[in-house]
Amino acid sequence: MKDLKGYVTADGRQIGGVLMEMRNITLKFGGVVAIKDISFDVREGEVRAIIGPNGAGKSSMLNIISGFYTPSEGEVWYKGEKRPPMKPYEVARQGVARTFQNIALFEGMTVLDNIMTGRLTHMNAGLVSQAMWWGKARDEEIANREKVEEVIDFLEIQNIRKTPVGRLPYGLKKRVELARALAAEPSILLLDEPMAGMNVEEKEDMSRFILDVNDEFGTTIALIEHDMGVVMDISDRVVVMDYGKKIGDGTPDEVRNNQDVIDAYLGVQH
Amino acid sequence: MLNDIFVAPFVDMFAAPDFLMQVLWEGLVSGILYALIALGFVLIYRSSRIFNFAQGIMVVFAALTLVGLHAMGVPAWICILLTLGVMFVLAVVIERVVLRPLVGQPDIILFMATIGITLFLIGLGEIIFGGENKVMITEELGIPTGSVLLEPFGGLLILEQKDITAVIVAALLVVGLLIFLNKTRMGRAIRALGDDHQAALSVGISLQTIWVLVWFIAGIIALVTGIAWGARAGVSFALEVIAYKALPVLMLGGLESITGAIIGGLMIGMLEKLFEIYWGQPLLGGNTETWFAFVLALIVLLFRPQGLFGERIIERV
Ligand SMILES: Nc1ncnc2c1ncn2[C@@H]1O[C@H](COP(=O)(O)OP(=O)(O)O)[C@@H](O)[C@H]1O
Ligand SMILES: [Mg+2]
Repeated sequence: MKDLKGYVTADGRQIGGVLMEMRNITLKFGGVVAIKDISFDVREGEVRAIIGPNGAGKSSMLNIISGFYTPSEGEVWYKGEKRPPMKPYEVARQGVARTFQNIALFEGMTVLDNIMTGRLTHMNAGLVSQAMWWGKARDEEIANREKVEEVIDFLEIQNIRKTPVGRLPYGLKKRVELARALAAEPSILLLDEPMAGMNVEEKEDMSRFILDVNDEFGTTIALIEHDMGVVMDISDRVVVMDYGKKIGDGTPDEVRNNQDVIDAYLGVQH
Repeated sequence: MLNDIFVAPFVDMFAAPDFLMQVLWEGLVSGILYALIALGFVLIYRSSRIFNFAQGIMVVFAALTLVGLHAMGVPAWICILLTLGVMFVLAVVIERVVLRPLVGQPDIILFMATIGITLFLIGLGEIIFGGENKVMITEELGIPTGSVLLEPFGGLLILEQKDITAVIVAALLVVGLLIFLNKTRMGRAIRALGDDHQAALSVGISLQTIWVLVWFIAGIIALVTGIAWGARAGVSFALEVIAYKALPVLMLGGLESITGAIIGGLMIGMLEKLFEIYWGQPLLGGNTETWFAFVLALIVLLFRPQGLFGERIIERV
């Protein structure tokens, strides 16, 4: 696993070197140890899943990667460098985009405006020229609009572009949230239970979108998912967590046959 | 009695439409300032859930700084720039010293912190500028002080030029803010932050930058209202009351609605003036402007508890 060149997946995709690495991460909330000494890496071009029962610490791990939580111990390495403690907005500006387990959208804004906010990290024009709608700001805005329209087409949400997000059904909100994250053209995309609460058909759509994103844009994806079937279908490697500890790490097949993992999952209904 | 309440005032309005226009104009002048102040509240509330009790004293502080600098011999227009600079520094200091350490605390703590800011600014203002009343440097700023006479319906309408200036400047500021909020990256970020903190952070919005920005905008608003109100009423700590006039506006328009702040401000400005002239003075001995807006807001809330614009679905600019 430690080779720098990466590996070739079962379906023949070339996976690159390590993009993000968590080293001996521990996270405590007061007396509660949410994550205990966990290490794993995410490679360039990979779909990496984190699974585990409720309360295992999966979301906490994603929150650490995206800068929402600061680990009590351990290091985060990104693009070959050790990352100093960072605020979420700084992490976002480094090309890390994410969605949330409980959808976090701008409910009062339209779908289009929501997705436009995903471009904030790509806007550099000065305040004055922005306010005046001058040259650079206008060019930027146009370029950003184009990118956003591309994402909208990609996720097949053209018909709701102008709809206020608050009016959308749950499944579509999840998709808009994905669109906003994609609009940032992230180096790594973090998805916290992108299929939670969806029906079978919606899950299939979402799985397809996730795979297409990875395929077409080569985006590295780390995702949390409950549905074992889905995880096994779409991910290249899986980290399994239970009670804050890592109990398995490997390809879906390896993980599926891991006795610790089987035990952990027998205790939980699925 | 019924006649006095339901008939006579309207007869008066129709009998002297020029006077009615005069009343509405004066209401508009106050109303647009209320709207501006309410906008300051809304921007801060939306981006930090803080009800900014200090808005009123910021008006006083901005006006005092402006007048104080001028008294030191600084040219009027430089005073404006310097005062803007002071308001910016104030925004930075408030973010650093008050907001940042208190982030994540309950709303009520943050509210109390703004009371602290208020008391601090009162003290600071008195130490630096003294407590006595001052005169706004209206003419020095190039604000015309004459009147424009119009003759609508064969009657007479007197528009004071400084009021016209106030309305134009305030309107420009409101429109500018709307464009800023809707068209620029920072503006979008402010709106986004108001809707969902986590999501805003995840798309790369810096809380600190936005907070400094909204407090600075509140400072700019404070300066503009301070000049406009100060030109009418003089510069003293009593200027603070204009901020309290924004409270019923917020009750009507909602703490989060930018549209609500603007429409609510204009409505209250004009209605309180109408009420004072046509009902208050003849029937209640006048001086109704101090309480009318609150009563109006309470009555509206009785029938529409969510306020006039309180539906979340409504496009909140
Ligand atoms: N902000 C927080 N404050 C206190 N405890 C937390 C916080 N976030 C998570 N936890 C705790 O950490 C543990 C792991 O939670 P979480 O990461 O959400 O698990 P998962 O996503 O795997 O269901 C839980 O016991 C949870 O209560
Ligand atoms: Mg979770």
